[in-house]
Amino acid sequence: MSAKASATGAVTPNELLAVMGSRELRDHQTVFTGVGAPMMASVLAQRLHAPRLTMVIEGGIIGPQWRPGWLPISTNEMRAAYHAQMLPGITDAFLIAQRGFLDVGFIGGAQVDQYGNLNTSAIGGYDRPKVRLPGSGGANDIISLCQRVIILTVHEKRRFIPKVDFITSPGHLTGGDSRERAGLLFGGVARVVTTLGLFGFEPKSRRMRLEAVYPGVTVEQVRDHTPFDLLVADQVATAAAPSDKELEILRALDPDRQFIG
Amino acid sequence: MTISPRDYDFRIARRRLEAKPKSAGEKLVSLEDAAARVPDGAILAFGGILYSRTPLALIRAVLRRRPRGLTIARNLMCYEGEWCMVAGAADKIITAWMGIGLPWGLSRIMREYVESGRVPIEEWSHLGLGLRFRAAAMGLPFLPTLTMLGSDLMSVGGSKTVECPYTGETLHAVPALYPDVALLHVQRADRFGNCQIDGYPHMDADIAFAAATVLVTAEEIVPEEEIRRHPDRTVIPGFAVDALAHVPWGSYPHECYGLYDSEPGHFGEYVAGIQAHGAAGVERYLERYVYAPAAHADYLALFPDAMRADAERRGRELCS
Repeated sequence: MSAKASATGAVTPNELLAVMGSRELRDHQTVFTGVGAPMMASVLAQRLHAPRLTMVIEGGIIGPQWRPGWLPISTNEMRAAYHAQMLPGITDAFLIAQRGFLDVGFIGGAQVDQYGNLNTSAIGGYDRPKVRLPGSGGANDIISLCQRVIILTVHEKRRFIPKVDFITSPGHLTGGDSRERAGLLFGGVARVVTTLGLFGFEPKSRRMRLEAVYPGVTVEQVRDHTPFDLLVADQVATAAAPSDKELEILRALDPDRQFIG
Repeated sequence: MTISPRDYDFRIARRRLEAKPKSAGEKLVSLEDAAARVPDGAILAFGGILYSRTPLALIRAVLRRRPRGLTIARNLMCYEGEWCMVAGAADKIITAWMGIGLPWGLSRIMREYVESGRVPIEEWSHLGLGLRFRAAAMGLPFLPTLTMLGSDLMSVGGSKTVECPYTGETLHAVPALYPDVALLHVQRADRFGNCQIDGYPHMDADIAFAAATVLVTAEEIVPEEEIRRHPDRTVIPGFAVDALAHVPWGSYPHECYGLYDSEPGHFGEYVAGIQAHGAAGVERYLERYVYAPAAHADYLALFPDAMRADAERRGRELCS
């Protein structure tokens, strides 16, 4: 599913995720962010409404100021560290998150279930999987340690499943207070931003709940692309379509369209 | 999977270190002599991260000796992990993530070796594995943390929880990882092995303090006075280093902060070889870039001067 179903014309899926993701960020917040849509969302927010947003990058980087056209491919390269305010090292960057300094954590696309659990490890059994995926990287740490975790992902049936094969990164586990009972006392997944709409989690069951759709997208369409029993808020809002200004900034940041597609 | 006591037994690790000379003497040896200190069956930890400051020259020198039975630990494993699989050097990979990066897709070699059960991956979260090195660097058997709790990484990895003796809360007791040998690449060192790192430090210092044997390559060997002029930049003291080799461009075509940028085009060629020939593509690469070059200069000659000059220019510009 993609830009077509979102009825935003020439807007690419990654542009849509970056725009909707950026609107979740506030000035003077700290955000743990990664490459791809999370990075575009963070920089867009900085250029628009959150100029004093501090980015923390898993390569052990605090407060970089990335150059347009010089965006990093990995969170562990000189482009990612460009004009940083501090380079504390990888372990310490995550420990800063464990201490509670990170308001927001962004996580990119993966296999996600109705409780916001993510799988980036293996599909079809763990020891002899059908498909071995790259692994957690920092995703497990971001989702376990940041205050308000936001998942950014293209809305596809193969990505949205009732129960992930393997919980690499814990969302709300089996719902209710299961996350707290496992010892994860703080933070957690608050938001899922997809190419069709915005989702939260119903406070009691902690099941994913549709809260807003994009212009031209219907609730039925979202249900059709979500192979689990999706909760729907009493009032489903309609998010404003990406503005010309938002798109202009994104395209100037990534003139070769390496990340926005 | 269960975690071997060999990984975390701080008593054995401590005695092993106590028995070792903490020499303040000369550490300079040839690259080949440094690599010869890696025994078969060892647990190796590679410094740097992904394609940043990877000790590639040292890894190539180790692979030229056709080692067997190695366990390779590195938080974000780039294609050097694939080399160790295809060369038959690695029995196990310990990592949080394996691949090159988004544009290069899933690692086909990792898929082939792990899905067929030939080389298992022991998976940790990034912080989880970082804390394994940190715990070992601190001389402890474990460190408490919140990370990984509740996830399936706990059960498949065999990691345990502990009840906090003060608050009663559940904490993840992440077990130490004491590597037998650390392989590191740094910007500069003096001949006694005092190492300075520019830019992001990655996990090199923790890995150096955690390992029983520490092998280092340095872009530059500087006089002792230069180290003493900026002691705040020294992250690994000479007494922790066993062997040091002078290897300019020692992580190329990976990047070295402030000195040279990585070569994504070269990564693309490497992946194209795998797409065309599978594991045989890696074998061909190993033959050309790892086994055939007799000396480091022969290896560097495989990359045109203008290409490396451009990598230097980008490296400087990115850190200015």
